Amino acid sequence: MTARVGIVLFPGSNRDIDAVNALRLAGSEPVLLWHESVDLEGVTGILIPGGFAYGDYLRAGVIARFSPVMRAVAEFAAAGGPVLGICNGFQVLAEAKLVPGALLRNRGLRFVCREVALLPEHMDTPFTREVGERRPLRMPVAHGEGCYYADDATLDALERDGGVLWRYANDDGSVAGPDDPGNPNGSLRGIAGVRNAAGNVAGLMPHPETAVEAILGSDDGLGIIRSLAVSAAEYAATGRVSGTRQLAEGAA
Amino acid sequence: MSDQPAYRFAVNVTPKPGILDPQGRAVEKSLPHLGIAGVSAVRVGRRVELTVQAADATAARTVVETLASELLSNPLMEQFEVEALG
Repeated sequence: MTARVGIVLFPGSNRDIDAVNALRLAGSEPVLLWHESVDLEGVTGILIPGGFAYGDYLRAGVIARFSPVMRAVAEFAAAGGPVLGICNGFQVLAEAKLVPGALLRNRGLRFVCREVALLPEHMDTPFTREVGERRPLRMPVAHGEGCYYADDATLDALERDGGVLWRYANDDGSVAGPDDPGNPNGSLRGIAGVRNAAGNVAGLMPHPETAVEAILGSDDGLGIIRSLAVSAAEYAATGRVSGTRQLAEGAA
Repeated sequence: MSDQPAYRFAVNVTPKPGILDPQGRAVEKSLPHLGIAGVSAVRVGRRVELTVQAADATAARTVVETLASELLSNPLMEQFEVEALG
């Protein structure tokens, strides 16, 4: 079944067409959602793409958080629908408190644009289920504020509850700590992407949507996009997504 | 609304203690090039100035506090101070 997956368009989004291309390759029907609309047009999955929403003024993602479409996205997420934020989309989700933690200025202060190796942590989630065997995935990063930060208690809870979905890896496959060469931005414990406690909202800094064809240098990202497409199809068919859990009312 | 008195504030947002501040560190590292010694613990933040119309100064400050915690700062990584301007 072909699922309709929404791509949220903010002023300043610039990876939206890459997301359209990737979602088509993954077998879903992309639907562009305008930031001033609260109508999600019947989509059963949402991708928040990269870019510089609202110019990244004040802090990356914070102005976007207050846009009308994000109210609808928050309701969609609360109902259990699958949501994936990539790069700036991850920053938007973090500012909206839909995923834990914050993205700080890169430790090296520079905007970093290069390929990284991304190690998936769990293979049975709505965002990794189609990745296949667990191995480092090659894909690019392109960001100035991607240093994942949360306090120690939050990091411990994330690791305990399966909230860390992806970590940066060194060439030898080991997890890249903040000062390791495989870590592009100083992210604590090498964290490149996380999900919320319910498991249906995730964000990551690297760009799986631009690593979906061999001609682009890597197609390692397609499994992540296909996972979202399959989860959206499952949500359309059954009203729930495997690998997520219902939380008590009011739980984050 | 428009007949209410106006109050001018500044909100000073800085990285929370313990949060790595690479901008502050970069500033600090540049100081020796200026021949300046003895400066440490540089923290770079952001200052937002604004005018609020409200019934009184207390109500105005409440608006600013809300704005500062909800929008101008991210409590996970930043702290803020509200400063009344003349």
